[in-house]
Amino acid sequence: MSTVYALLFIVATVVLVVGLARKIVQYAKTPAPLKIPTTPAPVTQSGVVMRMFREVVFFESLFKSTKWTWIFGWLFHMALFVVLLRHLRYFMDPVWLPIQLIQPIGVYAGFAMLIGLAGLLARRIFVDRVRYISAPSDYLWLLVLLFIGISGLMMKFVAHTDIVMVKQFFTGLMGFSIGTLPIDLPLIIHLSLVLVLMILFPFSKLLHVPGIFFSPTRNQVDNPREKRHLADWAKAMEE
Amino acid sequence: MAKAEFDVPELQEYVEVPELVEGTMAHLSPFVAKPDHNTALGFPGELVDDWHDKVLDKLDDLRSRYRSLQVYLDACVKCGACTDKCHYYLSTKDPKNMPVGRQDLLRKVYRRYNTFAGKYFPWLVGAKDLTRETLDEWYSYYHQCSQCRRCSVFCPYGIDTAEISMAAREILDSVGYGQKYCNEIIAKVHDKGNNLGLPGPAILDTLEGLEEDVFDETGVEVKYPLDVKGAEILLVTPSADFFAEPHVDGLIGYGKVFHEAGVSWTLSTTASEAGNFGMFIGSYENMRRVALRIRQAALELGVKRIVFGECGHAWRVAYSFLNTLAGPFDFLDPRYPVPQHICEFTYDLIQQGKLKFDKSANDDMTLTFHDSCNVARATRMGDKPGGQFDIPRAVIKAVCNNYVDMDHETIGEKTFCCGGGGGLLTDDLMEVRVKGALPRMTALQNVIKDEGVTHMAAICAICKSQFTKVLPYYGMDMDQIVSVHQLVSNAIILTGQKTDEDETDADDDA
Repeated sequence: MSTVYALLFIVATVVLVVGLARKIVQYAKTPAPLKIPTTPAPVTQSGVVMRMFREVVFFESLFKSTKWTWIFGWLFHMALFVVLLRHLRYFMDPVWLPIQLIQPIGVYAGFAMLIGLAGLLARRIFVDRVRYISAPSDYLWLLVLLFIGISGLMMKFVAHTDIVMVKQFFTGLMGFSIGTLPIDLPLIIHLSLVLVLMILFPFSKLLHVPGIFFSPTRNQVDNPREKRHLADWAKAMEE
Repeated sequence: MAKAEFDVPELQEYVEVPELVEGTMAHLSPFVAKPDHNTALGFPGELVDDWHDKVLDKLDDLRSRYRSLQVYLDACVKCGACTDKCHYYLSTKDPKNMPVGRQDLLRKVYRRYNTFAGKYFPWLVGAKDLTRETLDEWYSYYHQCSQCRRCSVFCPYGIDTAEISMAAREILDSVGYGQKYCNEIIAKVHDKGNNLGLPGPAILDTLEGLEEDVFDETGVEVKYPLDVKGAEILLVTPSADFFAEPHVDGLIGYGKVFHEAGVSWTLSTTASEAGNFGMFIGSYENMRRVALRIRQAALELGVKRIVFGECGHAWRVAYSFLNTLAGPFDFLDPRYPVPQHICEFTYDLIQQGKLKFDKSANDDMTLTFHDSCNVARATRMGDKPGGQFDIPRAVIKAVCNNYVDMDHETIGEKTFCCGGGGGLLTDDLMEVRVKGALPRMTALQNVIKDEGVTHMAAICAICKSQFTKVLPYYGMDMDQIVSVHQLVSNAIILTGQKTDEDETDADDDA
């Protein structure tokens, strides 16, 4: 059992890293032949960095759009970020001080994450426009994340898992030595769904994570008159 | 009120986000291009037999050439942020007019043939086979998008439906399923130099007529030159400015401003069109070919500067793409941006105190300003972000006493399209044009009622033509839409101009 999970985690990590790298290379290699920033847009590179920062950290455009989606979406993503930071303690020994300090907040973040996901799910079900555009996979992603959160919190508040053992398993795995996992239902659910998420990430709409950084409407400097912008394939037409 | 064969929406105080009703606009498609218009643009004349494979090949080709397309096909999470942002959805209730609904028409085919999940689990991710019906659906709904980019403002990833619409139209063109309006016009530009197919002598005749009119009115010999070699400025303006109302009043205004600035300028027969419909059909090749005429004209006439007249999508191609498509412009005077917008030009003169105005000449009007979609969200004026909002307003306020903005949720970067942009300005699409104008008409009616607004100014040939047609459907007058440089023209006091009344002598210091 532990061996199977150990192998699955190695496979999932490879799929995640290689899959994402392939998409990032594809995005980076594909030219953006025209200047198409959504204006008003920054006129300097540092301005673009600020715009991207506001977009990624505060979800600026979503905030302009619809406050409910912004509240739930932002809550979920920020909480997930804190929860992920909290989980770093299972992969390092000794644990960095910032990660130690974040531990209590991480528990609250776990609940915040569930609230955010529940709100997004409710919106998907009850708003007719969002229901219309939703495919089964859109609901399934929310359910996967919800169950990851619920099973995680269960290990904290309902049925304690031997997390020292879990930590030994993962720190060991990082050195390619296979340890043993405690056999607890919440842990198995938690880890199985995380595996699903890792493996499907590069083939799914979760590609919005690298995608935002390559979005020409957000990452281009508004300076077409000052600087000539020319893609290679367009340049070839001039020769 | 104009007669309509469809229900014209009633104006309410606000535009409510409607509950969706499927298929309300499925019946509407523009006329299909004739074979010779397609072939003139380098496309097959009619739908090719192997369209299925050709469509998928073209999709692959475009994905490899446009990062925007590839990223936007992948990144959408169906969050719904865009669903209530399109003027066509708000007025037609058709979910395929929601930006994401429109994108998904192409995205579901992309997923079916190009993604792991779509190949093996199509039902799971909403992937669909490419069929003959798919093509018709694309043809219908991708010609109900004015490429106004309002959705891209609100998308957390900046997904721009215009990019998807352009790609879809290019795919359709590549298999011989082109739109009559756009392709016929692009063929005319390649052939005659302007969208309307106006020959040089007709333009010359019009311009001479304008010179006479201005002389009769002012007693000043303002010139409207054509093909004058050695002029300092080449003015490129939408061909509608040569005859349509209220466009031509704007052209009269440009001429007066140039006259007062004391610069020599000229129009060009071969570049007698600012609009570049190559953008509407997403064809880089056609857009480039149309843009190169302007470079050619600038070289042949030996001008030092290029200035564009009032036109929205044209300003996008000019401001954002001209340097890319037809540059570098190192043969022009480096002290000026290439190209400049006529509003930038006039604004600079106003800042320098070089123009004299009698603002009371516009006192019969209370004005508001319609931010044209592509000027607002795809271009800039001046040095600072947002200059495209401030500069036209500053020009209007310099020549008018009465100015009021519309609801702030409907102007600036959130402006609503007039409903006729992006290749939709054709009678066969009148239903979607009239309906799509609803949010703008609602905001306009509110300032008419509450603030006594009488006229709306715009800086886009399509907006002006569209509103001229559409205002009457909503119980307003077609002449309530005016050009910004028409207002400038009304108020400007030309050096040596004869005064209408002797009474103006008394308060000469005003």
